[in-house]
Amino acid sequence: MDPMESIKATFFQECDELLGDMEQSLLALEAGEGDSDTINAVFRAVHSVKGGAGAFGFEKLVGFAHVFETTLDAMRSGTLDVTPDGLKVLLRASDVLNDLVQNAKGQGAVDESRVATLKEELEAMVGGGEADDAPEEDWGFKPITLEIGAAAPTSEWTLRFKLTAKMFANGHEAHLLLNELARLGPNEVCLDASELPDFETIDPEGAYFSWTVKLPAETAEADIRDVFDFVGDESIISLAREGGELEAPAPPASAEIIDVQALIRQAKAATPDASELKLAAEGAKEAATGNKDSGVERAAQAGATIRVDLDRVDNLINLVGELVINQAMLAQSVEDSGITRSPNVVNRLQEFEHLTREIQDCVMAIRAQPVKSVFQRMPRLVREIAASTGKQVRLVTDGEATEVDKTVIERISDPITHMLRNAVDHGLESTEERIAAGKPAEGVVRLAAFHRSGRIVIEVSDDGKGINRKRVKEIAVNKGLIAPEVDLSDDEVDNLIFLPGFSTATVVSNISGRGVGMDVVKRSIQALGGRIAISSIPGKGSTFTMSLPLTLAVLDGMVVMGGDQTFVAPLTAIVETLKPKQGDIRNLGPKGAVIAVRGGYVPLIDVGVALGWRTHAIDPTQGVILLVESEIGGRAALLVDAIQGQRQVVIKSLEANYQKVDAVAAATILGDGRVALILDIDEIIASKLRDVQPARMLEAS
Amino acid sequence: MNEPNAHIQDQEMELVSFRVGEQDFCVDVKCVREIRGWTQATPLPHSPDYVCGVINLRGTVLPIVELATRLGLTSSPPSARSVIIVVQISGRVVGLLVDEVSEILVSSSKAIQPPPDMACFAVKTFINGILSVEDRMISLLILDELLPKLQEEAA
Amino acid sequence: MGLKVLTVDDSRVMREMLLMALTGAGFEVVQAEDGQHGLEVLPGAAPDVIITDINMPRMDGFGFIEGVRRTERYRGTPILVLSTEFDAAKKTRAREAGATGWIVKPFDAEKLVAAVNRVAA
Repeated sequence: MDPMESIKATFFQECDELLGDMEQSLLALEAGEGDSDTINAVFRAVHSVKGGAGAFGFEKLVGFAHVFETTLDAMRSGTLDVTPDGLKVLLRASDVLNDLVQNAKGQGAVDESRVATLKEELEAMVGGGEADDAPEEDWGFKPITLEIGAAAPTSEWTLRFKLTAKMFANGHEAHLLLNELARLGPNEVCLDASELPDFETIDPEGAYFSWTVKLPAETAEADIRDVFDFVGDESIISLAREGGELEAPAPPASAEIIDVQALIRQAKAATPDASELKLAAEGAKEAATGNKDSGVERAAQAGATIRVDLDRVDNLINLVGELVINQAMLAQSVEDSGITRSPNVVNRLQEFEHLTREIQDCVMAIRAQPVKSVFQRMPRLVREIAASTGKQVRLVTDGEATEVDKTVIERISDPITHMLRNAVDHGLESTEERIAAGKPAEGVVRLAAFHRSGRIVIEVSDDGKGINRKRVKEIAVNKGLIAPEVDLSDDEVDNLIFLPGFSTATVVSNISGRGVGMDVVKRSIQALGGRIAISSIPGKGSTFTMSLPLTLAVLDGMVVMGGDQTFVAPLTAIVETLKPKQGDIRNLGPKGAVIAVRGGYVPLIDVGVALGWRTHAIDPTQGVILLVESEIGGRAALLVDAIQGQRQVVIKSLEANYQKVDAVAAATILGDGRVALILDIDEIIASKLRDVQPARMLEAS
Repeated sequence: MNEPNAHIQDQEMELVSFRVGEQDFCVDVKCVREIRGWTQATPLPHSPDYVCGVINLRGTVLPIVELATRLGLTSSPPSARSVIIVVQISGRVVGLLVDEVSEILVSSSKAIQPPPDMACFAVKTFINGILSVEDRMISLLILDELLPKLQEEAA
Repeated sequence: MGLKVLTVDDSRVMREMLLMALTGAGFEVVQAEDGQHGLEVLPGAAPDVIITDINMPRMDGFGFIEGVRRTERYRGTPILVLSTEFDAAKKTRAREAGATGWIVKPFDAEKLVAAVNRVAA
């Protein structure tokens, strides 16, 4: 990658982190938890965003960050109090800053009026116009060339300067200054050593010399003063054109100096030229082709962590995936060749398998990321929904450090967003209702993540009114989703909201809205191999629990045979396996059948038939049943010919080179080197259940 | 697009020619990733008849299009002589099952004639041009349309 | 050349930009993430020139410069301050702390290299 582009990518990454941390800090302050360092951290975050944005010429971002920074500066220096109202403005300003960052990234539009409004609000906090004369003057490290006036004098310059001991201590050297001056044109230097004391009394670190330099007439005064920019103007004893008195500069000369300094200030007030910034960037890019490696190595030594290009890690994960497949293929070949009777071979193969698995786990751990990056985006969302519904909401997050594979991180944001929208929009009561019910006006929504039995669980709970079961059941009956006479447990009623075509809101709100019902949320979670469930206590609130695999790269599966093909069924969907007896099977209609499992009846699905490999189901007593569970329609019995065993398989996408195939979640490569399909249990059940009466489906669950 | 435009400029093109259902076809060699022998494919449920399934190509799941069926020609079951031409079609890698690979031709793009104006679906959809080599007619294939149209994303 | 430069900045972007500009000019670069860290790596880094940010967590640039100047070996090592803001008061404060010069962000790679060469020659 182009080095500048790569740094830009780093910038955006850093921005996201900074903005996330900043929001956390602001929320902490709002909760009364922060201290002076918290506001300092917020200031630094905005400051860093501004610095980087300046480097890439994102001027809108710089402009807003600058106003934001000014207000924060006033707060951290104590001239402006940190009030709850002020914090609200800061939070909204952080949202706008985020928008501007995303916009600079090329994602999303910016609401200019919102930017302007917040700029005004921020400026108003520090007292109106103060921000207007904002020091944009220091932008750009560019040479300042000034014309001192049309009729520039033609006599040469005489400069006298000296260095103090302090200047030497700060790393300055007289010869460096003389070198710089020499660059301005041919000159004449005279050393004045008259102040040098006797050798006995000399202070070795003292400064005793001064220099007189004659410079060409055409030299601009600003250029001369620029040389002393670092050292400080105090080192200049005098600077005047020929004819002026050295010891006592003539009044016109000193007047001129003052004038020039004003001009310098004016010149510096010019905003940086975007094209120049770009040129600077180009130059830097070209300069970067040198011996960069030594620097990178040293950087790596400085800390205990290293940063690695994601592509490299992905590549490694793919290769380890191949290794796992290869190991399985080798094991199978060895078994086929009949030499497994040798205990040595068996042991070594087992060791190999262990090692492979261990490597895979380690490599996957490299790519694991805390859910923090997703959680961080949520406070803003909740703020916005709260604002548009007029509800008072506080979001509490927990378990942000919980790690999960990058493939999962990328895809949990949408379901969480929907669940949070739902919690605020439908879960929480209006402020009036809450007060009437004796609850605090402010509703609390809790977003938590934790690990449980090899999966990540994400919970969204609210302290709202809970599910109105009577109403839910009514709707389900009205929409023909259940038969009126069915008797359902509370849990079953709650879970009706996940049925396709169900939506509790009488008016489709534009918040939970875009027509997205909980059924869609559920399907998107299931597409990730996840499950979602709800539990609710009337008057106290609801909790949505979503559990997901830790990675979408590998899967624990049951390898089964059906209709001459080998398939993999995800282990997480399988409740148990059983050999059916003739008496357990009951035929329904010409093709349908159910099987008795623990007192209930479960629809029987022949996998070979479901996938279209054969038209008639095999005799169930000749096959094996996988009792599977799906949130859509409870349980089902998948009839397969035989079970080969359990195995961890590497998930391969079918969509990469082909497209989504009905009833198939993905593919994998088995030990014989052939592709096997991973069944999409939910889809198989759903398509089967389309023919079955809803009432029976619930009876079966 | 990867497809050479047969009607504008005169360019030298390298073409891989092969036989399918007693007819000759060719594709631009630039689209061809590799050529490999036939291995048993894993069938995909609910797929069009010309998609014979997927195979493992060094860890990648590769869909196989049975070209004869796709082009509406008489297909014969794959044999040991059958060959899979692995081609790149707009970002996707796909295997084309053909009867045999004939040769690599070098042809001037001028020598490629537009296909006859026929109402036939297969000709209109899949044939970009025709060139005659010695006494044979070889049809230049348009690869883009060989795979089934992407399904609408399920809501 | 082989000059060794220690860069102290809490922003990863700035560190990378400095790294690119400085290594591109043939300098060796050692990085630190804040003032505290800068003082920690200083003995091992043995830099010829130091470039530091001002606004940093844990220890800011002023504290860092003072810390460097307290170390006998680095009393005369040129220190350039890199900051977005530079009013007269800040310049004076940096100078008092012991800074040699300053560079205003966003910086131009060539000017940066020139400034480093200028103080280190």
